[in-house]
Amino acid sequence: MADTMAAPAKVAITLTVNGEQRTGQVEPRTLLVHFLREGLGLTGAHVGCDTSQCGSCVVELNGASVKSCTVLAVQADGAEVLTIEGLGRDGAYHPIQEGFWEKHGLQCGYCTPGMIMSAYGLLKRNPDPSEDEIRHALDGNLCRCTGYQNIVRSIQYAAQLMKDGPTAPVATSAD
Amino acid sequence: MFPNQFAYHRPSTLEEAVGLLAADPDAKVLAGGHSLLPAMKLRLAAPGALVDLASIEGLRGISADGAVTIGAMTTYNQLVDSDELRARLPVVAEVAAGVGDPQVRSLGTLGGSLAHNDPAADFTALMLALGADVTAVGSQGERTIPADEFFLDILTTALGPDEILTAVRIPVPAGRVGMAYQKHEHPASGYAVVGIAAVLALGDDGTCRSARVAVTGCAPTATRAAAAEAALVGQALTPETIAAAAQAAPGGLEITGDLYASAEYRSHLVTVVGRRVLEQAAARARG
Repeated sequence: MADTMAAPAKVAITLTVNGEQRTGQVEPRTLLVHFLREGLGLTGAHVGCDTSQCGSCVVELNGASVKSCTVLAVQADGAEVLTIEGLGRDGAYHPIQEGFWEKHGLQCGYCTPGMIMSAYGLLKRNPDPSEDEIRHALDGNLCRCTGYQNIVRSIQYAAQLMKDGPTAPVATSAD
Repeated sequence: MFPNQFAYHRPSTLEEAVGLLAADPDAKVLAGGHSLLPAMKLRLAAPGALVDLASIEGLRGISADGAVTIGAMTTYNQLVDSDELRARLPVVAEVAAGVGDPQVRSLGTLGGSLAHNDPAADFTALMLALGADVTAVGSQGERTIPADEFFLDILTTALGPDEILTAVRIPVPAGRVGMAYQKHEHPASGYAVVGIAAVLALGDDGTCRSARVAVTGCAPTATRAAAAEAALVGQALTPETIAAAAQAAPGGLEITGDLYASAEYRSHLVTVVGRRVLEQAAARARG
Protein backbone atom coordinates (compact mmCIF):
# COMPACT_ATOMS: atom_id res chain seq x y z
CA MET A 1 0.00 0.00 0.00
CA ALA A 2 2.92 2.31 0.69
CA ASP A 3 3.54 2.73 -3.00
CA THR A 4 -0.01 3.67 -3.83
CA MET A 5 -0.14 6.14 -0.96
CA ALA A 6 3.04 7.90 -2.09
CA ALA A 7 2.55 11.37 -3.51
CA PRO A 8 2.54 11.33 -7.30
CA ALA A 9 5.54 13.05 -8.80
CA LYS A 10 5.34 16.79 -9.20
CA VAL A 11 4.50 18.00 -12.65
CA ALA A 12 6.31 20.76 -14.52
CA ILE A 13 4.00 23.48 -15.81
CA THR A 14 4.64 26.52 -17.96
CA LEU A 15 2.11 29.27 -18.30
CA THR A 16 1.97 32.92 -19.26
CA VAL A 17 0.92 35.06 -16.31
CA ASN A 18 0.28 38.75 -16.90
CA GLY A 19 2.30 38.55 -20.10
CA GLU A 20 5.34 36.83 -18.57
CA GLN A 21 6.23 33.18 -19.03
CA ARG A 22 6.36 31.43 -15.66
CA THR A 23 7.20 27.86 -14.77
CA GLY A 24 6.65 25.75 -11.71
CA GLN A 25 6.63 22.26 -10.24
CA VAL A 26 3.26 21.37 -8.77
CA GLU A 27 1.43 18.41 -7.35
CA PRO A 28 -1.51 17.60 -9.62
CA ARG A 29 -3.86 18.55 -6.78
CA THR A 30 -2.45 22.09 -6.46
CA LEU A 31 -5.17 24.61 -7.18
CA LEU A 32 -4.39 27.44 -9.58
CA VAL A 33 -5.05 30.05 -6.88
CA HIS A 34 -2.46 28.45 -4.59
CA PHE A 35 0.10 28.26 -7.40
CA LEU A 36 -0.46 31.95 -8.18
CA ARG A 37 -0.26 33.01 -4.54
CA GLU A 38 2.36 30.68 -3.11
CA GLY A 39 4.25 29.61 -6.22
CA LEU A 40 4.46 32.96 -7.96
CA GLY A 41 3.88 35.38 -5.07
CA LEU A 42 0.87 36.94 -6.78
CA THR A 43 -1.37 37.37 -3.76
CA GLY A 44 -3.99 39.55 -5.45
CA ALA A 45 -6.35 36.64 -6.08
CA HIS A 46 -7.77 35.81 -2.66
CA VAL A 47 -9.01 32.56 -1.20
CA GLY A 48 -12.38 33.31 0.37
CA CYS A 49 -14.91 30.52 0.51
CA ASP A 50 -12.76 28.00 -1.36
CA THR A 51 -15.96 26.42 -2.67
CA SER A 52 -16.47 28.39 -5.91
CA GLN A 53 -19.15 30.59 -4.37
CA CYS A 54 -17.54 33.88 -3.37
CA GLY A 55 -15.48 34.89 -6.40
CA SER A 56 -12.60 36.53 -4.55
CA CYS A 57 -10.20 34.30 -6.56
CA VAL A 58 -11.45 35.30 -10.03
CA VAL A 59 -8.79 35.51 -12.75
CA GLU A 60 -8.87 35.26 -16.54
CA LEU A 61 -7.78 31.93 -18.02
CA ASN A 62 -7.26 32.03 -21.79
CA GLY A 63 -9.55 35.05 -21.86
CA ALA A 64 -12.36 33.44 -19.84
CA SER A 65 -13.35 34.63 -16.38
CA VAL A 66 -12.81 31.73 -13.94
CA LYS A 67 -12.62 30.97 -10.24
CA SER A 68 -9.03 29.94 -9.67
CA CYS A 69 -9.96 27.89 -6.58
CA THR A 70 -11.80 25.51 -8.90
CA VAL A 71 -9.09 25.05 -11.50
CA LEU A 72 -6.05 22.81 -11.05
CA ALA A 73 -2.71 24.46 -11.77
CA VAL A 74 -1.96 21.55 -14.14
CA GLN A 75 -5.09 22.43 -16.13
CA ALA A 76 -3.55 25.86 -16.73
CA ASP A 77 -0.36 24.36 -18.19
CA GLY A 78 0.21 26.15 -21.50
CA ALA A 79 -2.49 28.72 -20.76
CA GLU A 80 -2.54 32.49 -20.48
CA VAL A 81 -3.58 33.85 -17.10
CA LEU A 82 -4.40 37.44 -16.21
CA THR A 83 -4.59 38.40 -12.54
CA ILE A 84 -5.43 41.67 -10.82
CA GLU A 85 -1.69 42.43 -10.74
CA GLY A 86 -1.66 42.47 -14.54
CA LEU A 87 -4.41 45.05 -15.00
CA GLY A 88 -2.60 48.32 -14.33
CA ARG A 89 0.02 49.58 -16.78
CA ASP A 90 3.15 51.62 -16.12
CA GLY A 91 2.24 52.43 -12.55
CA ALA A 92 -1.24 53.62 -13.48
CA TYR A 93 -4.45 51.99 -12.36
CA HIS A 94 -6.70 50.29 -14.86
CA PRO A 95 -9.94 52.26 -15.40
CA ILE A 96 -11.82 49.65 -13.33
CA GLN A 97 -9.39 50.13 -10.44
CA GLU A 98 -9.80 53.86 -10.93
CA GLY A 99 -13.57 53.40 -10.69
CA PHE A 100 -13.30 51.48 -7.41
CA TRP A 101 -11.06 54.27 -6.06
CA GLU A 102 -13.30 57.12 -7.17
CA LYS A 103 -16.63 55.56 -6.21
CA HIS A 104 -15.53 53.92 -2.95
CA GLY A 105 -16.14 50.44 -4.36
CA LEU A 106 -14.48 48.72 -1.43
CA GLN A 107 -14.71 48.56 2.31
CA CYS A 108 -12.58 45.75 3.76
CA GLY A 109 -11.20 45.00 0.30
CA TYR A 110 -11.26 41.23 0.52
CA CYS A 111 -13.64 40.70 -2.39
CA THR A 112 -12.20 43.57 -4.44
CA PRO A 113 -9.71 41.74 -6.70
CA GLY A 114 -12.43 39.28 -7.68
CA MET A 115 -15.00 42.02 -8.17
CA ILE A 116 -12.60 43.93 -10.41
CA MET A 117 -11.68 40.83 -12.44
CA SER A 118 -15.36 39.93 -12.88
CA ALA A 119 -16.03 43.51 -13.99
CA TYR A 120 -13.13 43.16 -16.43
CA GLY A 121 -14.72 40.00 -17.86
CA LEU A 122 -18.07 41.79 -18.16
CA LEU A 123 -16.74 44.95 -19.82
CA LYS A 124 -14.78 42.87 -22.33
CA ARG A 125 -17.99 41.13 -23.44
CA ASN A 126 -20.29 44.09 -22.96
CA PRO A 127 -18.61 47.54 -22.90
CA ASP A 128 -21.86 49.37 -22.18
CA PRO A 129 -23.75 47.33 -19.58
CA SER A 130 -26.97 48.41 -17.90
CA GLU A 131 -27.11 48.45 -14.11
CA ASP A 132 -29.09 45.21 -14.28
CA GLU A 133 -26.45 43.57 -16.47
CA ILE A 134 -23.72 44.65 -14.05
CA ARG A 135 -25.60 43.11 -11.13
CA HIS A 136 -26.10 39.85 -13.02
CA ALA A 137 -22.41 39.79 -14.00
CA LEU A 138 -21.54 39.91 -10.29
CA ASP A 139 -23.71 36.86 -9.57
CA GLY A 140 -20.58 34.87 -8.72
CA ASN A 141 -19.03 37.45 -6.38
CA LEU A 142 -19.94 38.03 -2.75
CA CYS A 143 -19.18 41.14 -0.70
CA ARG A 144 -19.65 40.42 3.00
CA CYS A 145 -19.47 44.19 3.71
CA THR A 146 -22.54 44.34 1.43
CA GLY A 147 -21.04 47.27 -0.45
CA TYR A 148 -22.77 46.37 -3.69
CA GLN A 149 -24.22 49.80 -4.46
CA ASN A 150 -20.82 51.40 -4.73
CA ILE A 151 -19.35 48.41 -6.53
CA VAL A 152 -22.01 48.82 -9.22
CA ARG A 153 -21.31 52.57 -9.37
CA SER A 154 -17.58 51.87 -9.66
CA ILE A 155 -18.16 49.63 -12.66
CA GLN A 156 -20.49 52.17 -14.27
CA TYR A 157 -17.78 54.81 -13.77
CA ALA A 158 -15.17 52.48 -15.30
CA ALA A 159 -17.37 51.68 -18.29
CA GLN A 160 -17.77 55.39 -18.97
CA LEU A 161 -14.04 55.99 -18.56
CA MET A 162 -13.22 53.16 -20.96
CA LYS A 163 -15.80 54.42 -23.46
CA ASP A 164 -14.25 57.88 -23.38
CA GLY A 165 -11.04 56.21 -24.44
CA PRO A 166 -7.37 56.91 -23.89
CA THR A 167 -7.84 60.66 -23.58
CA ALA A 168 -9.56 60.15 -20.24
CA PRO A 169 -7.34 60.35 -17.19
CA VAL A 170 -6.56 56.84 -15.98
CA ALA A 171 -3.66 57.74 -13.69
CA THR A 172 -4.57 58.35 -10.10
CA SER A 173 -3.48 60.34 -7.17
CA ALA A 174 -2.71 57.11 -5.31
CA ASP A 175 1.00 57.80 -5.19
CA MET B 1 -9.05 22.84 1.04
CA PHE B 2 -7.36 20.71 -1.52
CA PRO B 3 -8.13 17.31 -2.94
CA ASN B 4 -6.55 13.97 -2.23
CA GLN B 5 -3.42 13.06 -4.16
CA PHE B 6 -4.07 11.81 -7.66
CA ALA B 7 -2.29 11.30 -10.95
CA TYR B 8 -3.16 13.70 -13.76
CA HIS B 9 -3.42 12.71 -17.41
CA ARG B 10 -4.22 14.99 -20.31
CA PRO B 11 -4.46 12.66 -23.32
CA SER B 12 -4.71 14.08 -26.82
CA THR B 13 -6.92 11.36 -28.29
CA LEU B 14 -10.14 9.71 -27.24
CA GLU B 15 -8.57 6.25 -27.67
CA GLU B 16 -5.83 7.17 -25.24
CA ALA B 17 -8.40 8.52 -22.75
CA VAL B 18 -10.50 5.34 -22.97
CA GLY B 19 -7.33 3.27 -22.51
CA LEU B 20 -6.44 5.19 -19.34
CA LEU B 21 -9.93 4.65 -17.93
CA ALA B 22 -9.95 0.97 -18.86
CA ALA B 23 -6.56 0.45 -17.20
CA ASP B 24 -7.44 2.19 -13.95
CA PRO B 25 -10.85 1.61 -12.35
CA ASP B 26 -10.03 4.37 -9.87
CA ALA B 27 -9.65 7.02 -12.59
CA LYS B 28 -12.29 9.65 -13.30
CA VAL B 29 -12.95 11.87 -16.27
CA LEU B 30 -12.29 15.61 -15.81
CA ALA B 31 -14.33 17.89 -18.08
CA GLY B 32 -14.94 21.46 -16.84
CA GLY B 33 -14.31 20.33 -13.27
CA HIS B 34 -17.06 22.39 -11.69
CA SER B 35 -18.82 19.45 -10.09
CA LEU B 36 -15.89 17.06 -9.69
CA LEU B 37 -13.27 19.42 -8.23
CA PRO B 38 -15.58 20.85 -5.52
CA ALA B 39 -16.52 17.26 -4.59
CA MET B 40 -12.83 16.32 -4.43
CA LYS B 41 -11.98 19.36 -2.30
CA LEU B 42 -14.67 18.29 0.16
CA ARG B 43 -13.26 14.74 -0.06
CA LEU B 44 -16.63 13.47 -1.18
CA ALA B 45 -14.76 12.08 -4.16
CA ALA B 46 -11.18 10.83 -4.09
CA PRO B 47 -10.25 9.35 -7.47
CA GLY B 48 -6.75 7.95 -7.91
CA ALA B 49 -6.35 9.60 -11.29
CA LEU B 50 -7.97 12.25 -13.44
CA VAL B 51 -8.23 11.96 -17.20
CA ASP B 52 -8.61 15.55 -18.47
CA LEU B 53 -10.44 15.75 -21.81
CA ALA B 54 -9.32 19.35 -22.48
CA SER B 55 -6.75 18.52 -25.18
CA ILE B 56 -8.87 16.08 -27.19
CA GLU B 57 -9.90 17.52 -30.54
CA GLY B 58 -13.50 17.36 -31.66
CA LEU B 59 -15.27 17.37 -28.29
CA ARG B 60 -16.25 21.05 -28.45
CA GLY B 61 -18.67 22.85 -30.66
CA ILE B 62 -22.21 22.86 -31.99
CA SER B 63 -23.24 21.58 -35.40
CA ALA B 64 -26.61 21.08 -37.04
CA ASP B 65 -28.09 18.95 -39.78
CA GLY B 66 -31.57 17.58 -39.13
CA ALA B 67 -30.67 17.58 -35.44
CA VAL B 68 -28.32 19.68 -33.33
CA THR B 69 -25.17 17.95 -32.09
CA ILE B 70 -23.31 19.47 -29.15
CA GLY B 71 -19.83 18.28 -28.22
CA ALA B 72 -19.51 17.13 -24.63
CA MET B 73 -16.82 19.69 -23.75
CA THR B 74 -18.87 22.64 -25.00
CA THR B 75 -19.13 25.13 -22.14
CA TYR B 76 -22.30 26.80 -20.90
CA ASN B 77 -21.05 30.15 -22.20
CA GLN B 78 -20.55 28.62 -25.64
CA LEU B 79 -24.17 27.44 -25.50
CA VAL B 80 -25.32 30.92 -24.44
CA ASP B 81 -23.39 32.55 -27.30
CA SER B 82 -24.38 30.06 -30.03
CA ASP B 83 -26.30 31.58 -32.97
CA GLU B 84 -27.13 28.04 -34.09
CA LEU B 85 -28.92 27.32 -30.80
CA ARG B 86 -30.61 30.72 -30.65
CA ALA B 87 -32.08 29.99 -34.09
CA ARG B 88 -33.04 26.34 -33.67
CA LEU B 89 -33.18 25.38 -29.99
CA PRO B 90 -33.24 28.64 -28.04
CA VAL B 91 -34.32 26.85 -24.86
CA VAL B 92 -30.85 25.27 -24.62
CA ALA B 93 -29.17 28.69 -24.64
CA GLU B 94 -31.74 30.00 -22.17
CA VAL B 95 -31.12 27.20 -19.70
CA ALA B 96 -27.32 27.55 -20.06
CA ALA B 97 -27.61 31.25 -19.17
CA GLY B 98 -29.23 30.27 -15.85
CA VAL B 99 -26.62 27.73 -14.72
CA GLY B 100 -24.33 28.78 -11.87
CA ASP B 101 -22.66 32.16 -12.34
CA PRO B 102 -20.53 33.71 -15.12
CA GLN B 103 -17.36 31.98 -13.95
CA VAL B 104 -19.03 28.57 -13.65
CA ARG B 105 -20.41 29.04 -17.17
CA SER B 106 -16.88 29.77 -18.46
CA LEU B 107 -15.66 26.28 -17.62
CA GLY B 108 -18.66 24.05 -16.83
CA THR B 109 -19.60 21.77 -19.72
CA LEU B 110 -22.80 20.18 -20.98
CA GLY B 111 -21.23 16.72 -21.14
CA GLY B 112 -19.80 17.07 -17.66
CA SER B 113 -23.16 18.00 -16.23
CA LEU B 114 -24.95 15.07 -17.86
CA ALA B 115 -22.27 12.51 -16.93
CA HIS B 116 -22.21 13.78 -13.33
CA ASN B 117 -26.02 13.60 -13.09
CA ASP B 118 -26.47 15.85 -10.09
CA PRO B 119 -30.04 15.34 -8.85
CA ALA B 120 -30.65 19.11 -9.13
CA ALA B 121 -28.95 19.76 -12.48
CA ASP B 122 -30.92 21.74 -15.07
CA PHE B 123 -29.73 20.02 -18.23
CA THR B 124 -30.67 16.49 -17.20
CA ALA B 125 -34.36 17.44 -17.19
CA LEU B 126 -34.01 19.46 -20.37
CA MET B 127 -32.38 16.57 -22.26
CA LEU B 128 -35.17 14.23 -21.12
CA ALA B 129 -37.84 16.65 -22.31
CA LEU B 130 -36.07 17.26 -25.63
CA GLY B 131 -35.67 13.51 -26.24
CA ALA B 132 -31.91 13.86 -26.76
CA ASP B 133 -29.52 11.02 -27.50
CA VAL B 134 -26.19 10.71 -25.71
CA THR B 135 -23.16 9.41 -27.61
CA ALA B 136 -20.57 7.49 -25.60
CA VAL B 137 -17.25 5.97 -26.61
CA GLY B 138 -15.56 3.16 -24.69
CA SER B 139 -13.28 0.20 -25.28
CA GLN B 140 -16.21 -1.64 -26.88
CA GLY B 141 -16.68 1.19 -29.38
CA GLU B 142 -19.30 3.89 -29.77
CA ARG B 143 -22.95 3.66 -28.77
CA THR B 144 -25.96 5.90 -28.60
CA ILE B 145 -28.04 6.04 -25.43
CA PRO B 146 -31.45 7.74 -25.38
CA ALA B 147 -31.76 10.25 -22.53
CA ASP B 148 -34.69 8.18 -21.22
CA GLU B 149 -32.25 5.32 -20.54
CA PHE B 150 -29.25 7.42 -19.50
CA PHE B 151 -30.04 8.87 -16.06
CA LEU B 152 -30.28 5.91 -13.71
CA ASP B 153 -29.97 7.10 -10.12
CA ILE B 154 -28.31 9.73 -7.96
CA LEU B 155 -24.95 10.65 -9.59
CA THR B 156 -25.30 7.50 -11.69
CA THR B 157 -25.73 7.14 -15.44
CA ALA B 158 -25.70 4.34 -18.00
CA LEU B 159 -22.05 5.12 -18.83
CA GLY B 160 -19.73 2.16 -18.30
CA PRO B 161 -16.52 2.60 -16.28
CA ASP B 162 -14.40 3.10 -19.41
CA GLU B 163 -16.97 5.04 -21.41
CA ILE B 164 -16.70 8.75 -22.16
CA LEU B 165 -19.67 10.90 -23.08
CA THR B 166 -18.60 12.59 -26.32
CA ALA B 167 -21.68 14.37 -27.66
CA VAL B 168 -25.39 14.99 -27.30
CA ARG B 169 -27.70 14.90 -30.30
CA ILE B 170 -30.96 16.82 -29.93
CA PRO B 171 -33.77 16.47 -32.46
CA VAL B 172 -35.20 19.76 -33.72
CA PRO B 173 -38.93 19.16 -33.80
CA ALA B 174 -40.91 20.46 -36.75
CA GLY B 175 -44.30 22.15 -36.62
CA ARG B 176 -45.94 23.97 -33.75
CA VAL B 177 -43.71 23.06 -30.83
CA GLY B 178 -43.07 25.02 -27.64
CA MET B 179 -40.12 24.36 -25.35
CA ALA B 180 -39.51 25.86 -21.93
CA TYR B 181 -37.69 25.31 -18.66
CA GLN B 182 -38.33 26.96 -15.32
CA LYS B 183 -36.91 26.39 -11.89
CA HIS B 184 -37.49 27.45 -8.34
CA GLU B 185 -33.89 27.88 -7.38
CA HIS B 186 -32.23 27.77 -4.03
CA PRO B 187 -31.36 31.41 -3.28
CA ALA B 188 -27.80 30.65 -2.19
CA SER B 189 -26.65 27.80 -4.42
CA GLY B 190 -28.76 28.57 -7.49
CA TYR B 191 -29.48 24.87 -7.87
CA ALA B 192 -33.03 23.84 -8.68
CA VAL B 193 -35.13 23.01 -5.64
CA VAL B 194 -37.58 22.04 -8.36
CA GLY B 195 -36.93 22.50 -12.08
CA ILE B 196 -39.24 21.41 -14.89
CA ALA B 197 -38.66 21.22 -18.64
CA ALA B 198 -41.56 20.89 -21.06
CA VAL B 199 -41.76 20.28 -24.80
CA LEU B 200 -45.32 20.49 -26.13
CA ALA B 201 -46.35 19.85 -29.74
CA LEU B 202 -49.68 20.93 -31.18
CA GLY B 203 -51.58 19.03 -33.88
CA ASP B 204 -53.43 20.56 -36.83
CA ASP B 205 -56.57 20.89 -34.72
CA GLY B 206 -54.69 22.82 -32.03
CA THR B 207 -54.83 20.09 -29.42
CA CYS B 208 -51.69 18.73 -27.74
CA ARG B 209 -50.20 16.09 -30.05
CA SER B 210 -47.32 15.15 -27.77
CA ALA B 211 -45.95 16.23 -24.42
CA ARG B 212 -42.59 15.55 -22.82
CA VAL B 213 -42.27 16.90 -19.29
CA ALA B 214 -39.26 16.23 -17.06
CA VAL B 215 -38.58 17.19 -13.46
CA THR B 216 -35.25 17.79 -11.71
CA GLY B 217 -34.28 18.72 -8.17
CA CYS B 218 -36.79 16.65 -6.28
CA ALA B 219 -35.81 13.02 -6.76
CA PRO B 220 -32.55 11.00 -6.87
CA THR B 221 -32.36 11.71 -10.60
CA ALA B 222 -34.22 13.77 -13.17
CA THR B 223 -37.23 11.91 -14.44
CA ARG B 224 -40.20 12.22 -16.81
CA ALA B 225 -43.46 13.35 -15.23
CA ALA B 226 -45.62 10.75 -16.93
CA ALA B 227 -48.83 11.76 -15.18
CA ALA B 228 -48.55 15.35 -16.42
CA GLU B 229 -47.78 14.16 -19.95
CA ALA B 230 -50.79 11.83 -19.99
CA ALA B 231 -53.02 14.62 -18.76
CA LEU B 232 -51.98 16.89 -21.66
CA VAL B 233 -51.99 14.65 -24.75
CA GLY B 234 -55.17 15.03 -26.78
CA GLN B 235 -56.32 18.07 -24.81
CA ALA B 236 -56.78 21.64 -25.97
CA LEU B 237 -54.16 23.60 -23.99
CA THR B 238 -56.40 25.87 -21.94
CA PRO B 239 -55.58 27.36 -18.53
CA GLU B 240 -57.86 24.67 -17.04
CA THR B 241 -56.25 21.65 -18.74
CA ILE B 242 -52.78 23.01 -17.96
CA ALA B 243 -53.70 23.55 -14.31
CA ALA B 244 -55.06 20.00 -14.16
CA ALA B 245 -51.87 18.57 -15.70
CA ALA B 246 -49.72 20.56 -13.25
CA GLN B 247 -51.84 19.29 -10.37
CA ALA B 248 -51.29 15.72 -11.62
CA ALA B 249 -47.55 16.22 -12.16
CA PRO B 250 -46.27 14.96 -8.77
CA GLY B 251 -48.11 11.67 -9.27
CA GLY B 252 -45.72 8.76 -9.65
CA LEU B 253 -42.62 10.84 -8.83
CA GLU B 254 -40.29 9.70 -6.06
CA ILE B 255 -40.13 13.12 -4.38
CA THR B 256 -37.58 13.44 -1.59
CA GLY B 257 -37.13 15.95 1.20
CA ASP B 258 -33.87 17.38 2.47
CA LEU B 259 -32.39 20.25 4.44
CA TYR B 260 -33.70 22.79 1.92
CA ALA B 261 -37.22 21.60 1.30
CA SER B 262 -39.54 18.90 2.60
CA ALA B 263 -41.03 16.37 0.21
CA GLU B 264 -44.42 17.96 0.77
CA TYR B 265 -43.15 21.44 -0.14
CA ARG B 266 -41.32 20.11 -3.20
CA SER B 267 -44.48 18.31 -4.30
CA HIS B 268 -46.33 21.62 -4.05
CA LEU B 269 -43.58 23.37 -6.01
CA VAL B 270 -43.91 20.78 -8.78
CA THR B 271 -47.52 21.89 -9.28
CA VAL B 272 -46.62 25.61 -9.19
CA VAL B 273 -43.51 25.47 -11.41
CA GLY B 274 -45.33 22.92 -13.58
CA ARG B 275 -48.22 25.26 -14.30
CA ARG B 276 -45.86 28.14 -15.13
CA VAL B 277 -43.63 26.13 -17.45
CA LEU B 278 -46.56 24.45 -19.21
CA GLU B 279 -48.20 27.85 -19.78
CA GLN B 280 -44.94 29.14 -21.24
CA ALA B 281 -44.38 26.11 -23.49
CA ALA B 282 -48.01 26.22 -24.67
CA ALA B 283 -47.75 29.93 -25.50
CA ARG B 284 -44.55 29.29 -27.46
CA ALA B 285 -46.19 26.40 -29.33
CA ARG B 286 -49.09 28.64 -30.34
CA GLY B 287 -46.45 31.06 -31.67
